[in-house]
Amino acid sequence: MTDTTLAQLRPARDASLSAFRAMLLRDVAVLRSNLYSFILRTVMQPLLFVFVFTYVFPKIGQGIGGAQGQATFSSLLVPGVVAIACIFQGIQAVMLPLVQEFGYTREIEDRVMAPLPVWGVAVEKLLAGALQGLLAAAIVFPLATFIPATPVHLQISWPELLTFLPLATLLGASLGLAIGTRVKPQQVTLVFSVVIIPVTFLGATYYPWAALDPIPWLKWAVLINPLVYMSEAFRAALTPQLPHMPVPAIYAAMIGSIALLGWIGIDGFKKRVTT
Amino acid sequence: MVKATDPNQVIVTSGLTKVFPNGLRAVDALDLSVSSGEIFGLLGPNGAGKTTTVGMLTSRVIPTSGGASIAGVDVVAHSTLAKQLIGVVPQTNTLDRSLTVFENLYYHGRYYGMRSSDARAAAEETLRRFKLIDRADADVNQLSGGMAQRLMIARSILHKPQILFLDEPTAGLDPQSRLALWEILSTLHESGQTIFMTTHYMEEADQLCDRVAIMDHGKILALDTAARLKRSVEADTEIRVSVEEDLEALAVHLKTFDGVSSSQVLDGAVLIALRGRTALVPRIVDFVETGGFTLNDLSVSEPTLETVFIKLTGKELRD
Repeated sequence: MTDTTLAQLRPARDASLSAFRAMLLRDVAVLRSNLYSFILRTVMQPLLFVFVFTYVFPKIGQGIGGAQGQATFSSLLVPGVVAIACIFQGIQAVMLPLVQEFGYTREIEDRVMAPLPVWGVAVEKLLAGALQGLLAAAIVFPLATFIPATPVHLQISWPELLTFLPLATLLGASLGLAIGTRVKPQQVTLVFSVVIIPVTFLGATYYPWAALDPIPWLKWAVLINPLVYMSEAFRAALTPQLPHMPVPAIYAAMIGSIALLGWIGIDGFKKRVTT
Repeated sequence: MVKATDPNQVIVTSGLTKVFPNGLRAVDALDLSVSSGEIFGLLGPNGAGKTTTVGMLTSRVIPTSGGASIAGVDVVAHSTLAKQLIGVVPQTNTLDRSLTVFENLYYHGRYYGMRSSDARAAAEETLRRFKLIDRADADVNQLSGGMAQRLMIARSILHKPQILFLDEPTAGLDPQSRLALWEILSTLHESGQTIFMTTHYMEEADQLCDRVAIMDHGKILALDTAARLKRSVEADTEIRVSVEEDLEALAVHLKTFDGVSSSQVLDGAVLIALRGRTALVPRIVDFVETGGFTLNDLSVSEPTLETVFIKLTGKELRD
């Protein structure tokens, strides 16, 4: 019996790959059935931001930096808003579900028991989160481009865009995984005020990082914020005419942050499901 | 690596031990072997180490020392292989809340490498078998506790595991759902499914299991068929006497009665085990009343696995 059993077993690699694929399919199916709420939660914040700052303000004569500055502001907001969309997917598609699954429902149990290593389940979460980030970026980009009352000047640099986009979405998902595996449900509101809000406000989203020159301490302090690199990356890819960090530095910082946060997240995931 | 000496042994553990970081020795040098087709029950109170044992056998808890194998596959070294051989029903409802009843089964099949059409067919067939087909498109949040439990079992056997693990499968179920679940497990057993279950309900272990291991403080205290375990208490009758006054004093007195093999105070009553002396009841009543005690309650029953547990540990199984 044991021998026939062993013969029926699929090699660990095959079993893991098909389980991984099936989990991605599951996540896509769930996303499809929640498409409307996905779009709403993705669009709301960037939409209001772009609408108020780049449509309402110029119309009521409260432009930021005068008429000339306003035009630049609209352009420079596009990369920031796309970066925020990516990081928010990390929070909403990875962190919040994980907090709930670990804290209350334990519904990830069935996937943890599937024939693949536990770290594989965590990596699948990362990938699914990153895919949602891509989708979110695709939804938000036209909003930020077409809503502003003043013209938006984009000079898309495709090689940068096509490499930064997956990196940024992975980075957002890694942040979500790192926080989601280490936070208790009752701490979620705390995480929002202590982590998420500072990250978004100090993420070089509404101004280029270089513009922080007059406040040197802040300029260096915000470098621990992964969103800074995401914003700067999209700035380099969408509005390279505006100030942005050197491209190689952005690549290095993003890959480094993904490695660090990804490791923290996968390790946290393993610790949450095995003892 | 732990090897089965007999190929029929589908679960083998040797010196399986788990010490948690806080120093708690939850499972202490467990040696077990479970045969193919058997329903094996781990009976013990909460905190006995049952769930930790299941955790180690299903790759969720990493043993501190010792090892376990499932159908010859080392659970720790080759967890991805071992996971293909097992189905698990944990203590809590772990159904995927984002999926429908049908999808819970369908995606489970996909996780185990089934093709889409096979997973679909298996899910439908299983829903029919578990009488959940009319709920196929329901949200799993709408299921009653009994239905959710049934779906969890359906899910755990969808990929045709060699061994089905159930951790406290009827905890929190109403009596009717519990009976229905026993029926499902019996049917699975008849079809040759090997089942490893934990429980703290002695009736459950007694009714369902081919063999029962009584566990407390991480150790197996006794392991045999329920019938033989009950015979081991060397009594065929159990009398519970409850009085207003000093129970300890009464226990000491009753111990001197002919045929009484044990007499101890437990949970507000004196529990006497005796052999072949049901005629003792009138004498006990007589003694209690003439001895200045006020009799509250007296009951006579056959020994149960609880009696065995009490004899082994001096305490009751219930929390």
